[in-house]
Amino acid sequence: MILFLVTYFLPVEVRLPGGWRVPVPDWSKATLAFALPVMGNISEILRGAVRSIPSGQWESAEGLAFTRGQILRYVVLPQCVRRCIPPWMNWYALLTLSTPMASIFGVHEAVANAQASMEAAGARPELLLPFYLFLLCLFFVYIYPIAVWTRVLERRYAVG
Amino acid sequence: MPLADPTTAGDTTGEDRRALVSLRHVRKSYGAFEVIKGISLDVDRGEVACIIGPSGSGKSTLIRCINGLSPIQAGSITVDGQEVNDPKLDKLRLRRKVGIVFQQYNLFPHRTALENVMMAPLKVLREPRAQVEERARRLIAKVRLTGKEGAYPGQLSGGQQQRVAIARSLAMRPEVMLFDEVTAALDPETVKEVLFTIRELAAEGMTCILVTHEMGFAREVANHVYFTDGGVIVEDGPPDRIFRNATDPRTRQFLSQIL
Repeated sequence: MILFLVTYFLPVEVRLPGGWRVPVPDWSKATLAFALPVMGNISEILRGAVRSIPSGQWESAEGLAFTRGQILRYVVLPQCVRRCIPPWMNWYALLTLSTPMASIFGVHEAVANAQASMEAAGARPELLLPFYLFLLCLFFVYIYPIAVWTRVLERRYAVG
Repeated sequence: MPLADPTTAGDTTGEDRRALVSLRHVRKSYGAFEVIKGISLDVDRGEVACIIGPSGSGKSTLIRCINGLSPIQAGSITVDGQEVNDPKLDKLRLRRKVGIVFQQYNLFPHRTALENVMMAPLKVLREPRAQVEERARRLIAKVRLTGKEGAYPGQLSGGQQQRVAIARSLAMRPEVMLFDEVTAALDPETVKEVLFTIRELAAEGMTCILVTHEMGFAREVANHVYFTDGGVIVEDGPPDRIFRNATDPRTRQFLSQIL
């Protein structure tokens, strides 16, 4: 939905005063369209984590003469990071998986490229499997390290 | 407020001047519900005051008001001459003077015991690390937790956590310590450890205000006991008198149920 909105509502180019014409590249539109919902979700996760910190943490830190900024920085956010990592990483993986939709903008990402090259090769059915297996490997190589990294981070913050 | 200036001591405040913590006709309500209905009390330097009374009588609220954690609607609270209810009050300056320990310990779970104690002096007072660490280790030894410096709160028992919380508060070198039912969440075994620590503090001359249900402890350690019920102080006096021959029927009834 947002992808379509951004495609049609954003201009192809921007005219600046003085006769300059700045084209708006498709990839930047795609980036913006993907970023919007993810930004919302990521910040919602953080908000939820901040709210899940018991109020006693705030109170005792206030009792120790910390300012609100200091409480956030030294007490609340460090505890949030640990709670946020799993859902954040989920979103990261989801985002990666949704990149093929960028073809709506005419951005040439991996899946579109694969299809194009298959057609260029004469669209022979026996090519289908290797091409898509290759794509699978690409995505796996990109996403698996994220999953591993998530586990490492979780372990590092798993104290207390 | 110039404390040492003798000219500021008016005749009406002459007696109050030496009180470290002074409450005058304090009223506090949550919405329409009035929790504290006009409480006045004075706590002198080095004095140990115990506030006792049935649950819901506003004891914990009162103690939170003293370090400005919850605002009051009327009356005045002064700590070392600073008006707590003053909107222009430097709350951070007040809280450096007033340490508070809660029922639920509220240690920072992502930091070790030693780091919990060191955090506030490092970040708030910005003292050099070596000096803070030395003091923190001394405080941890004082609450008898030597060897537990590197433990995370989750690895400590309730009593141990509460003692770390006391050490953490002491690290700011407060002039008065507030204890809000600090033993209420502990089992009888560990209550002793925590009371031992508080008793030592009191003996060293630390000004303490305790809200407690430990009547035996209150009787032993307090210089003055306040019995609150329904948001007012029903009766107050030296512990011996309150516990042996209370005059108010409500105090008597409460004590007879508990002792």
